Amino acid sequence: MRIAVLSGKGGTGKTLVTVNLAAVSQESVYMDCDVEEPNGHLFFKPEGVLVEEVSVKVPEVKDELCNGCRKCVDFCNFNALAYVQNKLIVFDEVCHSCGGCILVCPEKALTEKERAIGQIQKGVSDQVSIYTGILNTGEASGVPIVKRLLAEESPEITKPIFIDCPPGSACITMESIKDADYCILVAEPTLFGVHNLNMVYELVRLLDRPFGVVLNKCLDGENPAEKFCLEKNIKILGRIPFENELGILNSDAEIVANKNSRYREMFDSLLSTVIKEVSYAATPDS
Amino acid sequence: MIIAIPVDQKTLESNVYMSFGRAPYFLIYDVETKESTFIDNSAAASTGGAGIKAAQTIVDNKAAALLTPRLGANAAGVLKSAEIKIYKTTAASAKDNIDAFVAGKLSLLDEIHAGFRERGSN
Ligand code: SF4
Ligand code: SF4
Repeated sequence: MRIAVLSGKGGTGKTLVTVNLAAVSQESVYMDCDVEEPNGHLFFKPEGVLVEEVSVKVPEVKDELCNGCRKCVDFCNFNALAYVQNKLIVFDEVCHSCGGCILVCPEKALTEKERAIGQIQKGVSDQVSIYTGILNTGEASGVPIVKRLLAEESPEITKPIFIDCPPGSACITMESIKDADYCILVAEPTLFGVHNLNMVYELVRLLDRPFGVVLNKCLDGENPAEKFCLEKNIKILGRIPFENELGILNSDAEIVANKNSRYREMFDSLLSTVIKEVSYAATPDS
Repeated sequence: MIIAIPVDQKTLESNVYMSFGRAPYFLIYDVETKESTFIDNSAAASTGGAGIKAAQTIVDNKAAALLTPRLGANAAGVLKSAEIKIYKTTAASAKDNIDAFVAGKLSLLDEIHAGFRERGSN
């Protein structure tokens, strides 16, 4: 079971929800695909962390073999190559590792080389396995890291997986929810919150993923995000109250469900709602 | 000496285009013969790396200088390898900038922006 948690922007409580769901479901995997700002590990403080480098393949030119025909430059759809003053220049950060230039070079002047773009860290915290994707600063795309995380084939992968997705609705978020059995959208009760919710709402609809919404920072009174859900007939999975205690625990990087029995009950009941929804989604006839 | 300027129309009176890689055309101007040619910027429609491709065009047209309001780091890399000087445009029209350049009134562009980064665009 793969549950992806997403939001239109950072700071809406996406990590709060993912971390606490993973914590209350005991035997589980927490997967941090928010590779630009992975912070779930701050809550779990995993032990026995193993690090794996993630690299992509980029072309490297042997100048003495290159005759300047420019077939590679013309081929590259991403314009990662230029030919200047009798030399081929490769823009590593622009290259999308398609390998095409290496195939088209008639002189076999291009070869592959590995370029590190980030890493994956794997650790354990109680019964939760923590997988964290980290993109090196300055790198343009974390998609290869997300792909590697999701392709993970260790035995843990039979346990429920909670995926902390990158905020927004760009390609990397799509990649993160592609194979999810269910998506949880986290929303704040403001007009801005509705705008952000709408972004991810459109994304999950586009990718045809079953989904529901968790309303965060709920106060008494009007909640535009709730109104949005009612209008669009979206399942509201749960409500997280706007409370000082919760806010303080969370900003101290504590797992609120482990600190306060009321919060544990709240996330327990959210988890059972989600599991129920996943099973409905899996049986389309019901 | 040949200079290049990103423009939005194929006339000398055209405004300088606000960015380099996405400019519709380049004006290639020979300071000695005063001959001007307009070429299409085939990079304008690319999804990524437009600056690199546009810079390649400038190199291939044997320009010795580029007059532009802004320039990304990758494009600057290509131009520098080809020892093309980069000047910052001041006035609105291409013609006024050419005159200013000839009069030695344009300064070198020293601020190179990090470029438009489409995160996760693959
Ligand atoms: S591998 Fe593909 S994207 Fe990278 S430089 Fe070669 S052709 Fe371009
Ligand atoms: S295709 Fe090969 S030989 Fe031709 S320019 Fe590229 S690297 Fe050089």
